[in-house]
Parts: sequence; structure tokens; C-alpha cells
Amino acid sequence: MTPGFPRLPRARGALHPWLQALPFTAVFAMFFLVPLGLVVMVGFWDFNEYALIPAFTWRNYGKLLEGCSRLNEYGDPCVTVSTYLSTLRFALAAWAITLVLGFALAYFLAFHVRSAAMQTLLFVVCTVPFWTSNVIRMVSWIPLLGRNGLVNQTLIATHLIDRPLDWLLYSPFSVLLAYVHLYTMFMIVPVFNSMMRIDRALLEAARDAGASAWQSLWHVVVPLSRSGILIGSIFILTIVMGDFVTVGVMGGGQIASVGKMIQVQTSYMQFPLAAANAVVLLLTVLLIIRGLTRVVDIRKEL
Amino acid sequence: MGARVREPRGPGFWPLAMLFALFVLFLYGPVLTIFVLSFQGPDGGLTFPLNGGPSLHWYRQLAEGLGVVDIGAAFRRSLALGTVVMGLTMALSLLAALAFRKRLRGGGALFHVTVASLIMPSIVVSLGIGLQFRLIDTGIKDLLAAWAPPEWADGYGSALGLWTSALGAHLTWTLPFGLLIMFAVFNRFNPLYEEAARDLGATPWQAFRHVVLPLIAPSLVGVGMFGFTLSWDEIARTSQAIGDVNTLPLELQGLTTTVTTPAIYALGTLTTAVSFLVMALTMLVAAGLRRRQRAGRVIG
Repeated sequence: MTPGFPRLPRARGALHPWLQALPFTAVFAMFFLVPLGLVVMVGFWDFNEYALIPAFTWRNYGKLLEGCSRLNEYGDPCVTVSTYLSTLRFALAAWAITLVLGFALAYFLAFHVRSAAMQTLLFVVCTVPFWTSNVIRMVSWIPLLGRNGLVNQTLIATHLIDRPLDWLLYSPFSVLLAYVHLYTMFMIVPVFNSMMRIDRALLEAARDAGASAWQSLWHVVVPLSRSGILIGSIFILTIVMGDFVTVGVMGGGQIASVGKMIQVQTSYMQFPLAAANAVVLLLTVLLIIRGLTRVVDIRKEL
Repeated sequence: MGARVREPRGPGFWPLAMLFALFVLFLYGPVLTIFVLSFQGPDGGLTFPLNGGPSLHWYRQLAEGLGVVDIGAAFRRSLALGTVVMGLTMALSLLAALAFRKRLRGGGALFHVTVASLIMPSIVVSLGIGLQFRLIDTGIKDLLAAWAPPEWADGYGSALGLWTSALGAHLTWTLPFGLLIMFAVFNRFNPLYEEAARDLGATPWQAFRHVVLPLIAPSLVGVGMFGFTLSWDEIARTSQAIGDVNTLPLELQGLTTTVTTPAIYALGTLTTAVSFLVMALTMLVAAGLRRRQRAGRVIG
């Protein structure tokens, strides 16, 4: 899966390639691989109010799954399971929406917009909001969706409702809306990229062979853009599975997520518990990615 | 181009064009709303109408400070961190991409680690770095307690900080993007230029300095811009890995729950202005570099 650009023979007097890659590698060793190893390790440690105690215990995992073997007296699953299910539901919903929306928009850009200049312009128009801070983009829904916001004002003025809708802001709806708002771009870019690599002659061939627009879309464009769809899907699913910022700002403190659970555990200095939770999150995400890559073999696509 | 036969628009053009227009409105509408509302008058609230505006009242409020939070300090911290991250992202991704152009044994593993960092849930990375530096703290404190005068151990703070853990956390996020962009650049780079330089007797350094670098400079500036803006907005990876001080986006996130005045819109407008300023500057630099390239080609 390494890039396939033409390799140069090493010239005399040139730096050894590993010397050049050393600083880059060192950053990932020090700030990615070691921390990841520590998360796995500390997940097995013991702790009290003051300190982390090196040990090998399954206690943290046990505590995480406490009471999860059955439903409680109200028929609900335990906190951990219900939090994971809720996060998973958000991830799937955000994925479904961004997939359909992102695919349609990328399709429009790649196949309906004819001049390259126009394509670039529209593409830039889509990417510019990306340079605004995510928190600001979330906050910017307040004037529209708040109790006295534009949407409620309009609906009341037109007598469609007589009291403001409460579920517009600080609700599951606004969290999902923010995901779509912030992350659809992560789907558009890779899908557009793979669509631009589709040989246009294939579409003409499909049309000449009598395929309808739908048929050539479904049997030519979709299969040929699957690597882009896969990359976009991995992005969206992993972002939402680990999210705590959007849920925090747009959920108004009412909505649980795995990321927020980990954050709360660290704020109480329960690092081993947070680490065990992070390992479970990581395994969940890896399972999702594995499921996706079984459908599409990414190595054959790049 | 003008003589091209105009085919009729394919089916679905108009619905999709409509969808695209709505999407652009969806992207821009809310943010434009808060730009307008940041000029709210002193009596104005978080929603329309604009009361007694437009005025700079909330910008003045902002300059005086928002409660206990020192926005100015957070602003300078984020600016400094973003600038350093920008420089390191450019240098390290360029060096690594140059290494990948040669036979790099184990390069596949390095590439996989880079991609893994890109798609790893940020909270996991952040937690890991936070843990790492806390364990380093414990180690250093134990060492000091055992070997050094007692006041040293008491005086020791923490290894967590803006220029240690937070910088590292940001790099795990910006470097994968930097490397992937450099790959895309070198994929389209014609190695013949470089070979020609070497055939003419240039040392590897001369070939790099006078041939490769000028050709890729505009893209490299783009990598820098990407690095800065990614760092400027970063929350998730920084959150557990920064210690006592906060970056601007972290403060901003905290303010969303405590500040209920248009001052937060003013702050949002200002941070966005900085992003756009950086973008405009980099585009100017990149355009300047391209112009020099073209001029060089004509003369040479």
C-alpha cells in the first residue's frame, strides 16, 4: 500500500532514507505508538484515589461491564452497553446521511459540472467553511434553532405551532445535524476523488449498451467509487464513535457518548478505567473497519 | 473550447444542482448569521432581531475579557503553537516524503502507522499521551525524591504542557495529512528534472535545493497552511494532553456553556478572521512562488 511513485536510485553522497524519515518516525513512536501501548497496559492496572498501581487485573474491564450480563429492573441494558449503543446509533445515522448526501454532491460535481474551472470553484466553495472552527460552526446554530431562534420565530409567525419546539437545539436532532454539517465534507472529498478517476468512456459504453441513467449509476459509478466511499465511511464512523466535543456542545449535557464517558473517567483520575474503555472503543472501531474492508478490499483499490 | 457541442443536461441535473445550492446554504447560512449577530447592540441577545446594532459593543466586551478566562493569552498560545506545528509539519512531511521516494525498507509499516494515526479516535490518542506524561511525571518525582534535595521535588510541576504533550498530540494529527499531500505532489513530480541536474554534476543537496524545492514550494506552503488550520481548531487530541493551560478552541468550547452573550459570536468571528488571514497569506506566498517559477523558466 506504499505510494507508487517512481523510485530514485540512491545517489552517492545522499542521505540515508531512514535518516530523513527519522524525525517523522520519532514523532509517531513517541506520541502515538508508545501512548497506545500505555493505554493497553494501564487498562490492566489497579488504582486508588491517589495513584496508579502497576498490576495485572481484569478489574477495570469487570467494572466497565458491571451488571451488563442482564437487563436491569426497568428492562434497560447497563450504562456501558447503552452508551455504546447510543454512540453506535449516532454513528450509523450520521454515516447513512453523509453517505447519501456526500455521494449525491460528489456525483453532481464530478459528472454534471462540465468545466474544470467550475468544478474547482464549487469544490473550494465547499471547503472554505472547513477553515472555521468546529465549535463556532456548532454555536452558529443557536440563532437559528434556539427557543427564540429563527426557525421557531418563523413557525410561530406562520401559526404552524403555538409554542417553540424544544427538540431543535441541545437534542439528539441537533447533534446529528452538527455531524452532517461538520463532516459531510469528509465523504465528498474521497468520493469525488475516486469519481474523477472513472474513465468517462465506460459511462458512454454503458449508455450505448442501453443502460438507463440509474443502471449506469448503480452498476458503473457506484462500484468504481467504492474506494472513496470506503475511505469516507471510515472517516465518518471513527470520528463519530470517538466524539465528545459535538455531543458536549450540541447535546446540552443530556446525551451520553463513549468519548464523553472516557473524558469523565479521566477527569476523576480513573485512568485505568478510562484506558480499558478506550481499548473497548478501539476494538469496536477496528471491528467496524474490518467489516467495511471485507466489503471493499482497499488494497486492491489504491 | 468554444466550439464544443453542447449536449443537453443529463437527467438529474436540476434536482442535484438544487441540492448543491441548498447544501452551500446549509454550510454558510449559520456561520454568516453569527457574523451578523456579533455586531449586536448592548441590549441584543443571542438571537435575532439585531437590537440597537450594528455596534462593536461585544468586541469591546471581548477586549475587556470574558470573566476569569484570559482569551488573549489563549489566543497567543494557539497562534504560537499553530505556527510551530506549521513549520514542523512542512519540514517533517517533506523529509519523510523524500525518504519514501528512495528505497525505504519498512516504509510500508511507517505508512500504516501514519494512516492508523489519522483514523484513530482522537480521544484514545489524547488519553494515551496524557497517561504517558503523567507516568513520566511520577518517574521524575520518584527520582527527585530519591536523589535530589527535597525542594527540587516540591518545585517540580509537570511534563505535560503546550510545547511537549500538546505539540506532540497536534503533530499526530497534522503529519498524516502532510505526508499524504506530499505523496500526491511527488506522484505528479517528474523525476527527469532531478536526474538532469545530477547528470550535470549537481550534488544531491544542490539538486534538491535548486531543482526539487523550487518546484514543490507552492505545494509545501499548502501543507503548512493545512498544518496551521488543523492545529488552530484542534480540540479532541489536545483535551487530555495539555495540562493546566488551554488553547483557544478549548477555551471556546468551555465558553459555549458559560457565556450567553453575543461576545461569543464576536470571538467566533475573530478566530475565523485569523483562519482566513492565514489562508490568504499562504495563497499570496504560493502565488508568488509560482510566479518566480515561471519567470525562472523563461529566463533559464
